[in-house]
Amino acid sequence: MESGAPLFRMEGISKRYGGVRALENADLSVRAGAIHAVLGENGAGKSTLIKIMAGVVGPDEGKMTLDGQPVAFASPAAANAAGIACVFQELSLIPELSVADNIVIFNPPTRFGMIDRKAQRHLAEEALARAGASDIHPLALVKDLPLSRQQIVEIAKALARKPRILILDEATSALTAADVSKVFAVLKRLRAEGLALVYISHRMNEIAELADECTVFRNGSKVASYAAGSRSDSEVIEMMIGREYHSVYPPKPGPLAPAEPVLETRNLSWANRLHDISFSLRAGEIVGLGGLDGQGQRDLLLALFGVLRGLRGTVLVDGRATSIGSPAQARRHGIGMALIPEDRKTEGLMLPMTVRDNLSLASLDRLTRGGIIDRAKEESAIDRMMTLLAIKAGNIDAPVGALSGGNQQKVVIAKWLMRQPRIVLLNDPTRGIDVGTKQEIYQLLRRLADEGAAILFYSTDYAELIGCCDRVLVLYDGAVKRELAGAEITERALIASALNIPSADPSHRESIQ
Amino acid sequence: MNDWRYRLTEHRGTLTAVAIFVLMFIIYTANHPAGFTANVIQTAANKGVLLAFVAMAQTMVVITAGIDLSVGMIFLLTNCLASWLVVGSPLETAFGVVVVLAVGAFCGAINGAIVIYGRLQPIVATIATGAVYFGIALLLRPFPGGSVNEGLADALTGRIFGVVPASLVALAAVVVLIWVPFSRSVYGRAAYAVGSSETAAYMSGMPIRRGKLLAYTLAGLVAALGGLFLTFFTYTGDAALASGNAYTLFSIAAVVLGGVSLFGGKGSAIGAVFGALAFRTIGDLLFVFDLDPLWQPLFQGLILLAAISLGALALFRVRNRLEWFL
Amino acid sequence: MTGATGRKSTFIRNLDPAVVTAFGCILLLLFLGSLYSRSFLSPEYLLQQLKVASFLGIIATGMMLVILLGQIDLSVPWTVATGAMMACAAAAYGPVGIALAIPFGILCGIGIGLINGVGVAYLRIPSMIVTLATNAVAQGVMVVYTGGFSPQDSATAAMRYLATGALVPGVPNVVFIWALIGAAMVFLLRRTGFGRAVYGIGNRERAAYLSGINTRRIVMIAFAASGGLSALGGVLLAGYASKAAQSMGDAYLLPAIAAVVLGGTSILGGKGSYLGTVAGVILITLLQSILSVTQMPEAGRQIIYGVVIIFMLLLYGRAPASR
Repeated sequence: MESGAPLFRMEGISKRYGGVRALENADLSVRAGAIHAVLGENGAGKSTLIKIMAGVVGPDEGKMTLDGQPVAFASPAAANAAGIACVFQELSLIPELSVADNIVIFNPPTRFGMIDRKAQRHLAEEALARAGASDIHPLALVKDLPLSRQQIVEIAKALARKPRILILDEATSALTAADVSKVFAVLKRLRAEGLALVYISHRMNEIAELADECTVFRNGSKVASYAAGSRSDSEVIEMMIGREYHSVYPPKPGPLAPAEPVLETRNLSWANRLHDISFSLRAGEIVGLGGLDGQGQRDLLLALFGVLRGLRGTVLVDGRATSIGSPAQARRHGIGMALIPEDRKTEGLMLPMTVRDNLSLASLDRLTRGGIIDRAKEESAIDRMMTLLAIKAGNIDAPVGALSGGNQQKVVIAKWLMRQPRIVLLNDPTRGIDVGTKQEIYQLLRRLADEGAAILFYSTDYAELIGCCDRVLVLYDGAVKRELAGAEITERALIASALNIPSADPSHRESIQ
Repeated sequence: MNDWRYRLTEHRGTLTAVAIFVLMFIIYTANHPAGFTANVIQTAANKGVLLAFVAMAQTMVVITAGIDLSVGMIFLLTNCLASWLVVGSPLETAFGVVVVLAVGAFCGAINGAIVIYGRLQPIVATIATGAVYFGIALLLRPFPGGSVNEGLADALTGRIFGVVPASLVALAAVVVLIWVPFSRSVYGRAAYAVGSSETAAYMSGMPIRRGKLLAYTLAGLVAALGGLFLTFFTYTGDAALASGNAYTLFSIAAVVLGGVSLFGGKGSAIGAVFGALAFRTIGDLLFVFDLDPLWQPLFQGLILLAAISLGALALFRVRNRLEWFL
Repeated sequence: MTGATGRKSTFIRNLDPAVVTAFGCILLLLFLGSLYSRSFLSPEYLLQQLKVASFLGIIATGMMLVILLGQIDLSVPWTVATGAMMACAAAAYGPVGIALAIPFGILCGIGIGLINGVGVAYLRIPSMIVTLATNAVAQGVMVVYTGGFSPQDSATAAMRYLATGALVPGVPNVVFIWALIGAAMVFLLRRTGFGRAVYGIGNRERAAYLSGINTRRIVMIAFAASGGLSALGGVLLAGYASKAAQSMGDAYLLPAIAAVVLGGTSILGGKGSYLGTVAGVILITLLQSILSVTQMPEAGRQIIYGVVIIFMLLLYGRAPASR
């Protein structure tokens, strides 16, 4: 399957963080004029591998060759000088600087030691055009752009370095469908121009569309490299998780007996982001929020949880109009709401604090008497949660940041389940966690529903919505466009309504803005 | 045409500072018994320039998301040093000026080195170095005294062509010769970038350490320019703890009035200079309104409190409460 | 990438290296002092140091609470002075004034702290700025009130007794006051929901807010407590010196911050123990005492003071390396 000598090769790369092995004897070889997809679960070592490629961290062992010559990168700048550019999953843009400043940041044009703004602007416009985003103004501040546009700027910034190897780490995760198709066109053109591209993504359909070669990683080592299209999806998944891939979703109970809704909204609107949202949620039910990313699903969850100001319309809990002004009110007895937030690292957890402190943080009011923590009560509540969610933590007095992503997410969920909430809002809870933990979370959600909780579940993964939800509300531009129930929830229907097109034809994806 | 909108947004903080200053200065001169005369402007300029220098120094560090609580002490130390060295023949005087500026830059570089290579938080590191610098100043001048080349001093604090205050010209020259090249250099950009997002700056392979070090060093240098001018105004060196502390604190106030974000990455020394001038003018407003000078500290404090609270009004436009938390 | 399961035992974890180092430095200072003069190890000297340390300790307690939140209180100097001056001022208003002098002084400090707290928590102004401004306002008010001179009112007998008296012979009352406040602080931080919330907010306020914690109220209370403790420090200092003075608080801002930070509390918030602060306070006090006993001129003392603080911070106060 090798055609032509590899441009860049990594052999026997190992990297440890403290006592944790991130990479063990890993190999990768990429060639010019091809797109190489790297697959693997979270924690498989993909991110470490590309961080080493990009000079962000140094390997403990192993060697790298470029054009057959051994190379070592002491810093991102060094890798960059060798022609390797990386678009990271976490944005590496400077928010307070302009788009043009950011694009030329690696090597700004200078005159008399000062940055030549005219030349800089010219370079930036060129790079933006090359990334298919001439509509972005080079003087706009990065922080004022939406996330999706920022990601395009990130790609333009990488291109401005005229790289020979371009690495994209989950580069499409924040993009809208329209932007994704633009980026794909750009990537295909770059491949034709002879660049070597390394593409990391969780989305199988993207890999099928783009990749020429694939390499699968598991537990820090390479499992296999193969030509794209030579393995079936289920074979690939098996390689990734190292075990048979069964149906991961628990069975659905079927239609519920009619009951009064626990949570109901009537004409809920906020700023110009949410428009007249009306829906109801009953006990024992899992309702999904679907649609393209960024159509107001997150805002809706935050609105229900009392975070947004200036809401219009009514929220009813147990049939009574209720106004919720803060998370503190939302979690209160009588409402009993919980929100599993979007970003566990900044919104869900205090990473340096212990697992214990994190678990009890949302229930301090219940675990204290007269303001004083009841240690026995706390201990038993924590024990219950650790068992219920099977959290794998060596020591509950160790910082929660030392846990794996999946276990961290379990801690976030556990800290809210400790309150036994009646209404559970989840904001894309399975993003960036391993398949095994995802499966446990699906089971848990169904069990909670069976025990009488009402669950509102936003996911960017259509398969999850199909597998988990009793009903799905599809949002488009801040409004509910369609409600799907039971057997109506199919990928085709979800995509069609997500794009807000009446005829359910998914191939129209590109044409929709 | 469209560019203007972006440029305006970029410089909003600085423009606001200029507007505040102009407004205050108009009120000040309109009510001044002598009115808008060269004399009044010269006095006002000489008062304002000192704080302007210190505020400019503070800005350099603040844009890297740091803070220099030793800036007032570098100002005192260089003042005391200048009262020994900036005397005698033109050659000796020139040598003295160079040494004073070099010492200031060195103090700044020490701060930078401790923060960058020692990895200490700027706030505590500069508190400690500030004590050291003050100690050295006290060593140099246990009691107020010394002298300065009066010819040079008078030339730099007088008026050019009988109209323009020389100190203002010197301030403008420093802005053009130090701030502008710095802010537009690769290192200056690295300093901004590191203040805005240190990880992103590192991932982008920017020279963040050198950028930061240069910012701290230039801060020391500019503070030393302030110290030099203090000597020119007073003809003496004086290690007065209260004055050093006041300059440090006022420099932070001036920086904030000047639209520089204390969280780093945003703002300009030009804004801070106008912030400093505005702050001084506010302090002098009492004088023209014939109020007891006893009320001046209270008045200054209240104005400061009001100014920063006004900035908080933007909060009420925030529709998503999560934006409260950066 | 993070599959680590920390296996450090609770015992080792509780032994914060910063606190251990701070106590080590205290022993080193005592050793160095004893080389200079035997009297450094005498109980009288040590008690005297503990007494001097108590004033700083009380003020540093409030500072620590604020620093744990990731904030800072720069209004200490004039909150101390306001507390002292207002307590002395109240004493001039007959027997009722004398009785209410101490609570009134503390209340004034809480008032300043509340303004700080509202500014930081509700108006979201950086604490460095708000507290700077309230410090200026407090100074302004006091300057107007006293006419720019040190006030003539003197401290009440109760203030003097608390600061200089000794209920148990040999042990000054102010040491007891610090011990009481310290014990309350330890309890607050380790055993109450408030304490947990303080650490939570210091680590990440956003996550604390989304956990349903009333973050704004807690920040405001912490600032009010800091103001109250600073003012109490001022009241006691006034009792110690029999009267209040203009710049009596200036000497406490930097030592209070230094003591908290030397004790291992992160200036970024969310991490630190009160034991460390105690060590930091004693360390700073001993350092100041040794420097003054050696009759070194003020200039040399300042230099050594600064150098020692930097040196100790470099020993253990460093942020983790970025790569």
